[in-house]
Formats: sequence, C-alpha cells, structure tokens
Amino acid sequence: MSTAIKETQKMIEEVLDAYPEKAKKDRAKHLAANDPTGQCSACQVKSNVKSRPGVMTVRGCAYAGAKGVVWGPVKDQITISHGPVGCGQYSWWSRRNYYNGQTGIDTFGTMHITTDFQEKDIVYGGDKNLDAALHELKELFPLAKSMGILSECPVGLIGDDIEAVSKKTEKEFGMPIVPVRCEGFRGVSQSLGHHIANDTIRDHILGKGQLEKFTPYDVALIGDYNIGGDAWASRKMLEELGLRVIAQWTGDASINEMGIAHKAKVNLVHCYRSMNYICRHMEEQYGIPWTEFNFFGPTKIYQSLRKIASYFDDSIKEKAEKMIEKYKTMMDAVIGEFKPGLEGKRVMLYVGGLRPRHTIGAYEDLGMEVVASGYEFGHSDDYKRTYPEMKEGAVIMDDATLYELEEFTRRLSPDMVGSGIKEKYSYHKLGVPFRQMHSWDYSGPYHGFDGFPVFARDMDMTVNSPTWGLIRRKK
Amino acid sequence: MRQIAIYGKGGIGKSTTTQNLVAALAEAGRKCMIIGCDPKADSTRLILNRKAQNTVMDMAREKGTVEDLELEEVLLHGFKGIKCAESGGPEPGVGCAGRGVITAINFLEENGAYGEDTEFVFYDVLGDVVCGGFAMPIREGKAKEIYIVTSGEMMAMYAANNISRGVLKYAQSGGVRLGGLICNSRKTDKEFELISELAAKLGTQMIHFVPRDNEVQRAELRRKTVIDYAPDHPQADEYRELARKIADNKNFVIPTPITMDELERLLMDYGIMES
Repeated sequence: MSTAIKETQKMIEEVLDAYPEKAKKDRAKHLAANDPTGQCSACQVKSNVKSRPGVMTVRGCAYAGAKGVVWGPVKDQITISHGPVGCGQYSWWSRRNYYNGQTGIDTFGTMHITTDFQEKDIVYGGDKNLDAALHELKELFPLAKSMGILSECPVGLIGDDIEAVSKKTEKEFGMPIVPVRCEGFRGVSQSLGHHIANDTIRDHILGKGQLEKFTPYDVALIGDYNIGGDAWASRKMLEELGLRVIAQWTGDASINEMGIAHKAKVNLVHCYRSMNYICRHMEEQYGIPWTEFNFFGPTKIYQSLRKIASYFDDSIKEKAEKMIEKYKTMMDAVIGEFKPGLEGKRVMLYVGGLRPRHTIGAYEDLGMEVVASGYEFGHSDDYKRTYPEMKEGAVIMDDATLYELEEFTRRLSPDMVGSGIKEKYSYHKLGVPFRQMHSWDYSGPYHGFDGFPVFARDMDMTVNSPTWGLIRRKK
Repeated sequence: MRQIAIYGKGGIGKSTTTQNLVAALAEAGRKCMIIGCDPKADSTRLILNRKAQNTVMDMAREKGTVEDLELEEVLLHGFKGIKCAESGGPEPGVGCAGRGVITAINFLEENGAYGEDTEFVFYDVLGDVVCGGFAMPIREGKAKEIYIVTSGEMMAMYAANNISRGVLKYAQSGGVRLGGLICNSRKTDKEFELISELAAKLGTQMIHFVPRDNEVQRAELRRKTVIDYAPDHPQADEYRELARKIADNKNFVIPTPITMDELERLLMDYGIMES
C-alpha cells in the first residue's frame, strides 16, 4: 500500500472518530482512499444502501428520481405529481431542463400539475380526483401527447389503483397514460426512481412510435437532460459528426422520439446511472449496442468522438478526426486563457450519479486536480468507473454526510467545491469557493465544444473571484 | 367522564354488545355517548333505530373539508338520549379508513361533542387493531379503558390476544389499561372456563359471560337493543349485569399477551384441540 493511500486512510479514520461506534463502523465502509488500479480491496466503497438515520444525507427519493430526473424533462407529456401539493411544489422546475416549444400549448416542461390531495382523498382514495384531473387536462391541453402519473408517498400507503385509472383513460383518450409507482419511501435514494421510470418508458412508450425513413447513421442520445442546453450542444456535435439523432432522452424529448428510439443503430449514453436500464433493455430486446461517452472537456470529448465513430464507417471516423482538428484550436485557446489562473487548483466534488467522474477530465484539462469525489446515489459500477479516473490517495466518499463534507473540506483545503444547492450556502459560510454542479449555478451548457468555454469561465469565476478574499475562511 | 374502547375480532358482536350495554347504562340514568369507528357505520343503528345517515367523513367529503362541518350535522341522539356519532369512511378496498377515524375523532373532540355532562364515551372499533388509525381511540389519552369482546372460538381468542399486544404498546406509552374480556358466547365447549383462563393468562378478568340468545337477533331485526325491544326478557338482565360490572369495575391492568404456542396449549389443555 502506497503512502498516499495510507495518509488518506489515516485522515478518514480521524474524521470518523467523531462518530459513535455503530455509526463509525457503518460510515467507514463508505469512505476510502482511492486506488486507481482497483486492486486494494479496502479501497472499494460500499454503495446503494440505506442512509444512516441522523447523519444528514444529501440524498433525494424515488419520486425525485422518476419525476425530477427522467420523466420531468419530457416536453409534450403532462407530468402529474399525484398526491399532496408539497412534492410537486418543491420540485417545480428545479432542474432547468430546457426545451423548444410553446409552453402551455404543445409543451409543458415548466408547468407543474398536482392532484393536491386533501384529507378526503386520503380517506376515500384519490382515484376519482385523478380521473377528474386527467379529463380536465385533456380538455385544457389537447396537444399533450401523453400524461404521466407520478405517485407520491400517500398514494402507495393507501393503495390507490392508479393503474386501473390509467388503463381506462388510455383507452378513452387514445394516448399513453403512464402510471409511475415512484413513492418516495421506496428504495434508498433517487436511484430506484430512475429505474422505475425507465421501466415505465419501456412498458408504455418505447417501440410504440413509427419511424419511416432509416439511415445507417441513426443514433439515440440517452441520459442527457439538457440542463442549461447541454443536450443541444451534444446533439449539434453528433450531427456534425454525420450522425442523425432520432431521439434525445429526456432533455427536450418528445414522446414520439422516445417511442422510436428502438430504431437507433447505437445508443449513446451520457448519464449511465439514470438510463442504463433502458439501454440494457434495448440491447436485449432489439439488439441495439450502447456505449458510454463523456462530453466534458476536450480530452474526454476527443476520446468520445473517436469511440462513437468506431461504431460507424470510415466516413464518420474521418469526420471525427476533422472535427477534432477543427475545434482543437478553439479548445486550446480556452485552455490558454483559463489554465494560468486555475493550474494546480484543487477541487472537491460531491454530486449525483455521473458528474463525480465525468467532470474530472474537464478539470484536468484546465490544470486542476480533483482531490475528493463522491456520489449521492452511485452504485458499485459507478465507483468502478471512477477509481481509474482519480489519483492515488484521493478521497472517495459515498452518500457523504454534511459533517464529512465539511470535515474533508477543512482537512483537504480544496480551492473549490462542486456540489448542490443544499450544500452551497454552508460552503459560502465556510468561505470556500463553491459551484453548483447539478444546475451549473444557472449557467451552462457545460457539455461539448459549446460547453467547455462556459465551464472554464465559470470555474475561473468561482475560484478566482475576489469576493472570497472578503470572507474570513474558517479553519 | 370515562372513555372506553371496545375491540374484538370482526363479527364477534362488538357493536351489538356495546349498544346493548350502553342502552342498559342509559336506562339506569347514566349519560352516554357512542362513537362508531368503522367505515360500515353500523355502531349506532340499534340506538338510533336506523342506520346513521350522516357520518363525519361522508359529510366532510360532501362539504369539501372537515372544517366546513357543523357538529349538529353528525351528532345524533337516540334511545334515552344516548349521543351517537359515526366516523364513516370509504368502501372496502379503497382509501384509508384509519385516517378517517383519526380525522373524525379529532373533529368530535375539537368541537366539544362529548359535552360536560357525559359520563361514558364508548368507542366501537373495527375488527383487529389494523393500523395506527384504529388505535386512535386508545392513543393520546383518549380511551383509558379497553374491553375486548371474544368467544371460545380460536380465532376470536387469537384476535383478543393480538389486541392485547396493541394495548400493551399504548399502555407503556400512555395510560390505557385493559378492563377485561367480555365473552359473547358462541356455545363452544367449556367456553366459560376457557375464556376465564385466557383472561387470567392476559392478567385480566372475564368481566361477564353473555349467553347466546335469539332474542338479540329478534331485537336487531327491529333495529333495537334488547333493553329497548324486550326489557323484561332475561337477556336484557344479562346486559344490565354487564353494564353494572363495567360501571363498577376497578380492575384495570397492563395486559400480558401470550405467544401463539401458549394459546394453542391452552386449547389443548381444555381438550378443544388435539395434541
């Protein structure tokens, strides 16, 4: 075992010392010093298990995963938060999934619908309420292509038969009415919500759309939620590469394109965690290969373009090389502008299920080093993909607690921390430069050639803002 | 004011027994109230001589919310001035009846339904303790006394034991106590001895053995208690006796529920079950 690993392990033990015995034993399994080779068994973290009560986990719930992540961005579906008003209200447009369309006419992304359960709906069941809501929505928004019923906790507790209502209404309206059993108490994090949502897409949407003309270059862009326009930046590149994007999941997605995705030649997967399920299904059911790619930062972009091109003929491979050549000058210029101010700066990340590993390359392109990274809801396959991306002895943390995040920050003294809205203000109080890495702090896009200049500028703005000098950093 | 909850296996005769004993108390001049905690809303039929039309939850559903409801709309008066209210709730298989019980009891309490002169409030609760809602009458210092209606049938005894476990839970966190078992006879073998023994095992008493008599059914068909329909019948005296024993009861315990094995052994010891 190397000194770097030993030192980090010692630091982790010191952090853990503050816990009572049982909590310490439990949390120890989720924190490790990185071994890029994956050989050191003590360096593997445990993941995707129930959070320890009382430790202030950052995780969300199954409803958050199904509605907030997977179904929410689908633009011509009306997504109903079925249950009391809170879940819908507090998840209203929180992820900025951009889309084209006339909101309220043919698209409904920024609109939120809830059945607003009252006491009587709990006691007598909410089915009638739901049925009435579906009919009202059909009349109000005749151009909606589908309606999704996303269950909140009480619906599962009282055992409402939303499937029966869906079935009946689906026949009546002649369009998909999708019951999604994503009650928040199910599973250990939002991760199960992604899986449940994938399954409902499989059962109600996939394979139902018609694609008339085929080309050998048809691909589906899977797991890009178009936060700040990310999916558009990626789509543009795939088109320049000579590919035809027949479906985009689920940022700026339409029900029709999700229904024809099974006609793609290859599924290109950005967020593996939230969408690997449907890709595996399409692989088994329709024989469509899938491949992961990473459009954060030029190094990963070049690798990914070549990887994607390898699934196609030489004309595409040539285009990939031409694209790399064409954009390299621009990318180098970005690096030339921002690297001097960012070189050697150290980053700590704690995000959801993809960015803790996918953004590492982009930081490295700017000369920065990710010294700690972790997932809210990653599984062991996510961590396996992460170990090789990070330096030996870096901190790997699973389902980190607020205490651990603060403590690691104090001990590692990173030059910036990238995490979410819940963490943002506690870091501001600590006087540590902070960037939201779920929402890009309302900036973006960060994906692709369009995204990297924005990413580089934002990181520079974060790390080198003179504001931080005005705050006394707590030690 | 004494608040009393009556539990027991579904179909054991909780509602019939409760209404007859309350009728006997009222006949003796005591001021009583019955709150039906069952979506079927049949806990007050024999007192009102008709099925309660306006339950708390049905009225709340009609008006939109429980806040729009007036107490007079759901608080009815029956035989000898007995106050009656039903929680009401959904049809079988939908919604959450337990939440209905919680809402209804809170409404009645907040609106002063019990009044100042009421001496006895009886909660007639559906079946077994199936969820938190049906435990509402024994939570938060509402009913402090529980009586469990049972018979010598194994499943009724099983339910009685199970309910005792629920009572035990709330006895530890609140002040609720078991006042005894009421044996509503099904004429099973050695029923008197068996239930007396079960009561002893649970740390309580068999407060009364109500013999089986068809006069109860005859009265029920006329939507009446035996006290009301045939006050001179010997069965009416049985209910008067039960009422007197409950009124005078001083024996309140934290129950000591037994295991399934112990229950089976009991049935074997009395020769009901072959070993």
